Amino acid sequence: MKAKGKVFKYGANVDTDVIIPARYLNQSDPQELAKHCMEDIDNTFVDRVSKGDMIVSGPNFGCGSSREHAPVAIKASGISCVIAPSFARIFFRNSINIGLPIMECAQAAEGIGDGHEVEADFDTGLITDLTTGESWQAQPFPDFIKKIIEKDGLLGYIADENVQGR
Amino acid sequence: MGMTMTQKILANHAGLDHVNAGQLIEADLDLVLGNDITTPPAVKEFAKTGINEVFDRNKVAIVPDHFTPNKDIKSAEQCKMIREFARDKGIVNYFEQGEPGMGIEHVILPENGLVVPGAAIIGADSHTCTYGALGAFATGVGSTDMACAMATGKTWFRIPEAISFVLKNSLRSPVSGKDLILHIIGMIGVDGALYKSMEFSGEGVASLTMDDRFTIANMAIEAGAKNGIFPVDERTLDYISEYATERYDAGDYKVYEADDDAVYERVIEIDLAEVKLTVAFPHLPENAKVVGTFDRVNIDQAVIGSCTNGRVSDMREAARILKGKRVAKGVRCIILPGSQRVYLQCLREGLLEIFVEAGAVVSAPTCGPCLGGHMGILASGEKCVSTTNRNFVGRMGHVDSEVYLASPVVAAASAINGYICAPDK
Repeated sequence: MKAKGKVFKYGANVDTDVIIPARYLNQSDPQELAKHCMEDIDNTFVDRVSKGDMIVSGPNFGCGSSREHAPVAIKASGISCVIAPSFARIFFRNSINIGLPIMECAQAAEGIGDGHEVEADFDTGLITDLTTGESWQAQPFPDFIKKIIEKDGLLGYIADENVQGR
Repeated sequence: MGMTMTQKILANHAGLDHVNAGQLIEADLDLVLGNDITTPPAVKEFAKTGINEVFDRNKVAIVPDHFTPNKDIKSAEQCKMIREFARDKGIVNYFEQGEPGMGIEHVILPENGLVVPGAAIIGADSHTCTYGALGAFATGVGSTDMACAMATGKTWFRIPEAISFVLKNSLRSPVSGKDLILHIIGMIGVDGALYKSMEFSGEGVASLTMDDRFTIANMAIEAGAKNGIFPVDERTLDYISEYATERYDAGDYKVYEADDDAVYERVIEIDLAEVKLTVAFPHLPENAKVVGTFDRVNIDQAVIGSCTNGRVSDMREAARILKGKRVAKGVRCIILPGSQRVYLQCLREGLLEIFVEAGAVVSAPTCGPCLGGHMGILASGEKCVSTTNRNFVGRMGHVDSEVYLASPVVAAASAINGYICAPDK
């Protein structure tokens, strides 16, 4: 399982309020949320993002509110992976639960530049900056996490496991 | 190797004698909470589980408090959806606007006796950590976790490491729990307790009121913590004997104490007498500054309320400052009692009269302005001093507005003077 795309780079402590401002939380449709993704930190993001792109940030990405709408908006906007030195714990759980790939890797998060083309291999954990040729080793995803991503989230995974278990 | 208070509660809820930091466990839950923003996605996910009923009709709480009274049609539709879900599933602790027990989720769950010491609680709201004030383990999750927990009554946790905060002496009035937690976040940073427990102890705890403890535990998440927790003492037991009377009388609670040899990643001693009135500058709660040490900050709005500071003692403190005074020309002061119970108490004590005579707006209990929902949104360039918990970019309105976090006395004094200041100013 691999992801490849150009990088949107942000700083430390990107909070869920800037990822998806509460004024858009009067509904929870992923495509509607995606229209306002990152709006309060980068109002050009929505126009520039294409499917497969990645977000790379500083530490404590996704801090603040527990709104699952934040990883949902990021995923629905086409982002294939978020790389950061650390994630806020509720955002971490929510991302796994909805099937948004996230990777903790401080060196990669520091080394990768804005706009660079990056490839992330979820099977091996290898992150490669194709623009500079540099690469870094992160934790590979265990099989169940890959299945959750494939099945579009924890509940899709559970439903699938139940079917196969019968 | 000894366990922390949090580790003991989690071990017990996982049916284990002992756990270590880093261990993954599955725990039984005593309460699962959601609000009008996080419950709608949870309802959709719940439907995918194929399970028709919630695990226990008495152990799910749904509180439509964020965009209520419904601010627009979409919000009304979200509330309608969760109201119908609650009715369909027979959820006992669904709260409707205006009911005597209604209000902001983290104010009303303790008031309605739904939180007791030793409980394990998750809520699809990051400030669920508030309940650690009562010696419970409580943490925020997202909507999918809420859905799974409603279906099974269980969830998984990674056993957290802990930071110990040893408190000594007592706070000097008008310094409050809010100043203490802003001081702590200023010291350790917004990711200073990431994934960890913040465990409070020491002789200074006894001097903190329950409302102070709720405020402090409430903002543990602003340091990145999984939970904040206080030891159970006489004040805690007095509180639950008043608000959770049946469970108190039945002994339906459990007091946990950290082992003497519990392992803490870090121990921080704090002399409460040294804590000063503190304000967190934009745009992070860690930007803590002592009142009086910064240049004049003129304000356009003051907000007093929220799950952090919407309890009756907060209202009393604000009223003490506002009594006989007038909100400064050009400043909007908005006061939101945290629950119907708090509102009624304010009414009975004459606090509402003080607020209105001072020129403040008194709102129905709602999260409203704290998250930029309604009832006090900021325009570009506006500055607001607020007793809420977050001052992120755009949190309370326009992306170019600013929020300064403070205690009720500082917010009230600032409302009168038109700039951020101490009450004796």
